[in-house]
Amino acid sequence: MTVTMIGSSHVHVDAEGFLTDYDEWSEDLARQLAAKIGIELTDAHFAVLRFLRSDYAGQGETATLRRVSTQAGISIKELFTLFPGKPAKKMAYIAGLPKPVGCV
Amino acid sequence: MQRLLVLGGGTAGTMVVSKLRRKLDPDDWQITIVDRDDKHLYQPGFLFIPFRAYEPSEVVRSRHAFIPDGVELVLGDIDRVEPDAGQVHLADGRRLGYDYLVIATGTTPRPDQTPGMLGPQWRTSIFDFYSLDGATALAGALAEFDGGRVVVHVTDMPIKCPVAPLEFTFLADAYFRGRGMRDRVELAYATPLPGAFTKPIASAQLGSMLDERKIAVEADFLVERIDAEKKALISYDEREIPFDLLVTVPLNMGADFIARSGLGDDLNYVPVDKHTLLSKAHDNIFAVGDANDIPTSKAGSVAHFGVDVFVGNFCQLVAGQAMTGQFDGHANCFIESGDGKGLLIDFNYDTQPLTGRYPVPVLGPFGLLKENVGNHWGKLAFRWMYWHVLLPGRPMPLPAHMSLAGKHQPRQAGTATTRGQ
Repeated sequence: MTVTMIGSSHVHVDAEGFLTDYDEWSEDLARQLAAKIGIELTDAHFAVLRFLRSDYAGQGETATLRRVSTQAGISIKELFTLFPGKPAKKMAYIAGLPKPVGCV
Repeated sequence: MQRLLVLGGGTAGTMVVSKLRRKLDPDDWQITIVDRDDKHLYQPGFLFIPFRAYEPSEVVRSRHAFIPDGVELVLGDIDRVEPDAGQVHLADGRRLGYDYLVIATGTTPRPDQTPGMLGPQWRTSIFDFYSLDGATALAGALAEFDGGRVVVHVTDMPIKCPVAPLEFTFLADAYFRGRGMRDRVELAYATPLPGAFTKPIASAQLGSMLDERKIAVEADFLVERIDAEKKALISYDEREIPFDLLVTVPLNMGADFIARSGLGDDLNYVPVDKHTLLSKAHDNIFAVGDANDIPTSKAGSVAHFGVDVFVGNFCQLVAGQAMTGQFDGHANCFIESGDGKGLLIDFNYDTQPLTGRYPVPVLGPFGLLKENVGNHWGKLAFRWMYWHVLLPGRPMPLPAHMSLAGKHQPRQAGTATTRGQ
């Protein structure tokens, strides 16, 4: 785990750059994390990020695409549009959460 | 009289009753197990049926033959669990009360969950091999296949036995070579994962084995629907993969009664403590084997090692003691790679599959993440072990907890910091 500088904030991140401290996240930080992977955040993105943050607080793990679609009513198709290519990973990265527990 | 009720007489459920019947006093404990039918399927054998290496009759036995004396086997469909009343309702109206409930109803492929999968091409050019019917039908289709594009596809994770689609692909490559028609077959592997497998060292090794066999990998591919007319998989981000023969692993889900009982997550898996397999919602319900949501493979080996820990814990619990067993997510699997060879992987929650050697008394050691003949024979020998040692709950020469003995550790101690997609 290392400390890195994103914008004007010092944050703790893991080897892949995912935030490791839930409370170090802010919406402003999210914009800067998103910019690092070429995404400009809109209200539609923030709706996803806020759901992910509050769901994580209750569940203790990052929601899967399926869970976002069933619980927040945002379709998987839309998630692919908002976070192209690897939506599960990108959403978690920008939301300052661990990567969803993949399955082995 | 205390009542232990086990739902599901597959690998995990059968091991639970076999072991606990010996440990719990018959004067104090009534044990009942429920399943919908009397056919116990040796699921690891399904992989070999499409290639006619096993006949369907070699993977089916009667369930009741493996249920020990002193355990009642009830056949019936489960309607729902009523946790507050401590009872289970069967579809035909029967009710079974319990003091402790063990859910072991596994996970099931659900082709109905992907639009277009169960259309006119189902079992014509679209097959699964995780059901006995599917594997048997696929044997016929492969025998008649005359060349073209074969796509092996995983719908979404988690799936039961996550290495099986890779094994199928390796075996298909060897099968077509054996028939002298590999040059007329284009083989592709479509997966929602970023590579061949989730964990980095195994993914690299298995990925290079796909490359060597000229099997194209389509990664990060999450299917939205199947266009049966075009014969193509279509992803959420609108990529298309055409096929002449599709071998798919449909979405896997836990049993529907789990959802009806309010006991499951989005995929009907029961959320449990990953070290004790005790339900997070009810302190007299456990979920073992594939039915729970623990972050490791859905596989018979996990069921086996998890049940070993559960049985010790359960005996402590009913004796009024604290449960001291801590399941570590241990899994090990032989991976068939074709031409009579195989690999072995061994891992847990914290340690990814590594290279090295896996020590086993008498039979071993087996090479880890390395193709050789011994691993293939190990896999074939396992069918005998399954029926004669594992299901009856006899001791296996494999410890429940993973050991690092013989494993080569990468510089950063091989911890599984990367967690899938």
